[in-house]
Amino acid sequence: MQGGGENATTTDERHSSRVTFEVNGSSREVTLDNRTTLLDALREHLDLTGAKKGCDHGQCGSCTVLLDGRRVKSCLVFAVTLEGRSVVSVEGLAGPDELSPLQAAFIAHDAFQCGYCTPGQLCSARGMLDEVARGWPSAVTDDLSAPAELTDAEIRERMAGNLCRCAAYPHIVAAVRETAAAS
Amino acid sequence: MSTGAVGRAYPRLEGREKVTGTARYAVEYPVDGITYGWAVPSAVVRGRITRVDTTQALASPGVLAVVHHGNAPRLAPGPEPELWLLQEPAVHYRGQYVAVVVATSLEAAREGARLVRIDYDAGPHSTVLTDDHPGLYQPDHVNPSYPTDTAEGDFDAGYAAAPVRVDVTYRTPAYHNNPMEPHATTAQWRDGRLLVHDSNQGATSVRATLAELFEVPPESVRVVAQHVGGGFGSKGYAKAAVVLTALAARHVDRPVKLALTRQQIFGPIGYRTPTIQRVRLAADADGRLTAICHDAISQTSTIREFAEQTAVYTRSMYAAPHRRTTHRLVRLDVPTPFWMRAPGECPGAYALESAMDELALAVGIDPVELRIRNDTEVDPDQGRPFTSRNLVACLREGAQRFGWTDRDPTPRARRDGRWLIGTGMAGSSYPARARPSSARATARPDGSFLVQINATDIGTGARTAIWQVAADALGVPPERVEIHIGDTALPTAPLAGGSMGTASWSWAVIRAAQTLREKLQDLPGGVPADDVSADADTTDEVGGQPTLPRYAYGAQFAEVRVDADTGEVRLNRMLGVFAAGRVVNPTTARSQLIGGMTMGLSMALHEEGLLDERYGDWVNHDLATYHITGCADVESVEAYWLDEHDDELNPAGVKGIGEIGIVGAAAAIANAVHHATGVRVRDLPIRLDKLVGTSSLA
Ligand code: FES
Ligand code: FES
Repeated sequence: MQGGGENATTTDERHSSRVTFEVNGSSREVTLDNRTTLLDALREHLDLTGAKKGCDHGQCGSCTVLLDGRRVKSCLVFAVTLEGRSVVSVEGLAGPDELSPLQAAFIAHDAFQCGYCTPGQLCSARGMLDEVARGWPSAVTDDLSAPAELTDAEIRERMAGNLCRCAAYPHIVAAVRETAAAS
Repeated sequence: MSTGAVGRAYPRLEGREKVTGTARYAVEYPVDGITYGWAVPSAVVRGRITRVDTTQALASPGVLAVVHHGNAPRLAPGPEPELWLLQEPAVHYRGQYVAVVVATSLEAAREGARLVRIDYDAGPHSTVLTDDHPGLYQPDHVNPSYPTDTAEGDFDAGYAAAPVRVDVTYRTPAYHNNPMEPHATTAQWRDGRLLVHDSNQGATSVRATLAELFEVPPESVRVVAQHVGGGFGSKGYAKAAVVLTALAARHVDRPVKLALTRQQIFGPIGYRTPTIQRVRLAADADGRLTAICHDAISQTSTIREFAEQTAVYTRSMYAAPHRRTTHRLVRLDVPTPFWMRAPGECPGAYALESAMDELALAVGIDPVELRIRNDTEVDPDQGRPFTSRNLVACLREGAQRFGWTDRDPTPRARRDGRWLIGTGMAGSSYPARARPSSARATARPDGSFLVQINATDIGTGARTAIWQVAADALGVPPERVEIHIGDTALPTAPLAGGSMGTASWSWAVIRAAQTLREKLQDLPGGVPADDVSADADTTDEVGGQPTLPRYAYGAQFAEVRVDADTGEVRLNRMLGVFAAGRVVNPTTARSQLIGGMTMGLSMALHEEGLLDERYGDWVNHDLATYHITGCADVESVEAYWLDEHDDELNPAGVKGIGEIGIVGAAAAIANAVHHATGVRVRDLPIRLDKLVGTSSLA
């Protein structure tokens, strides 16, 4: 396994920084090239390859993780900006050898095929359900003053930032709907 | 004795790994001393590299090497010119990979790639397909080995004599496969042996290609593809990523991982060629087809011929006494087009099934009924009866489920506020084929079994389906069967493509299981401590199978709404009914069919490679500007299938379901848009600007 320190020594010292942030509940201290994105920090330095790189440009959602509980595209976040922050990736959605209800629902509904978009879908759905719980409206919410209601149209709209070329969309919506209804 | 695993809805075997992020894809394996490759694409369309200046790149921290035609390890000139990379100064299309930068970090590799200076002598280029291009020619055959042109009867006379005629030309743009995982490879050389973890649809052929290119024995190459983030045809054979990575790893004598960027996979790894298709249909007053002609034009590159079999669909779909199909090709200064989900059938069915809709209106017959009237039990192309043809049953069940009956055929007759509502349908078919494969089944003393085959699961559910087939063939509950796939260390098997995977792999697995059971019967003392294995190779059996017309069929139905003011098209619902032989796993089968149908929606309304002739390249080469259907675009897509048994297919009785879902889907939607608006858009995708400003849409 390649460690952050090993890779960082090969880059110019002036262009790297030591940063400490929490990943899936444990504190990680790494020295990273200042250009390293959170996505590459996870994948190349912390051996957390769950978050996927589909575009590296914030256009596909495969790299979605939770940053301080909010969903972000980790390919658009520089890791050196994360001092003291908390990241949850797909590996941290449930305890070891456990599945979160959302993960179990994804399996039950066959909400994926190749699985490459799946970690991003899961993190995005997790963050999205919290947004709904907080009452945040979306572009298809009719009544902005009423509590947000999670209709299928709302799920589709709120999950629109996560592309799935296998097109598991109807099953993703079903899995999210079921999870939301059960919680 | 079957335990009945086949036909049951099992969740995917690797589901847990995929939802917990532990499933490893090609560039996710931890490797000591790994380095990073970054491909450098050509900045000109056609020309010669006159100078490669690596000074700045090599001076950049972390950069280990710049590999280019001047210093790259030599490759044997193999059968695939697209893979003869970094070997010559010639450039054949814009975006062709001309160098790889290797560095100790991703960031350093990317920065290094930016700093490589390449000078070119550029020549004029031609990159746009037209129906009067001076370079149009007739290829020897079309993909994979169909005759280029066919003719039966006298089309011209039959067409001229008919009371009802349709003569229409359809156009489709370049479509880009865009699997969510870009082409990616980790390559390691050790003592002349090459190990690659690669994202592909068939490791057996990738190994053969690498062995040929690097002139090493195939046994010295191992290709692993445990999890693959989609392919849709674009990873059907070895592609640039694996060759570039292996070249770079050999050059720096260290392990290298390289993932192409999203922008870099718009073209050089293949795409669906643009097409121009003229379809002429003639019928009698009752709608019986008397003459059919389908003339298809598509493009290939200057370095390799790939001839999309666009009109082949029309040869066997509907009957008529006078029939003709032709294919013409132009060599352009573009990357070589390649397979994309149902090559040939997909664009061809869009044209034919759209023309059938136009004919239905011209004759005044319901489009479902028109297809039923022109059904045939005998393949018009081969002149032999189909082994099974349940098109009509699909049409009837689809019409009933969708609620097609009593449809008012008048365009622009339904309205809901500002939305114009329309429905459309199309037929669908895809050949059912199989390829030779081998497999091994092993019995262990503890009562468990191991099945090994180098099949690939690119998201189709192949791992799970073969496991189910194996359990039934072994006559044990599937929980006692372990399955290993995705590695050339396993018995060789064909790729996941052409909807042939399950048919081919299960054939070999069933034969291996049968042989193993015979062996076990001769062992009254039970399985010895060192296991008992049986190997199977279906080369003779598959090769000896009679050539018969074997096809899966389907019927696609769609309802759209079109904003009368803005021309925005939305899909309300889509429903398909398919006849595809035995369905091994209803769960994964449904996902495959829905996925295909949705890609058809994407083709009809969303995707379009926009090529700028000045630069000879697609300018919308990313996922922000090349829109693939997203979650918000899919309101309802449903897939059903008939209980179909066909004894002349393969031991598992399957026809393949990976591609038929996309065939006809775009036509059903385009026909629905016409029904909603009265506007017939004959060039995909149906963008709103093609609807607004027309007389129908004020
Ligand atoms: S990889 Fe981050 S959005 Fe695509
Ligand atoms: S499961 Fe393949 S991209 Fe979503």
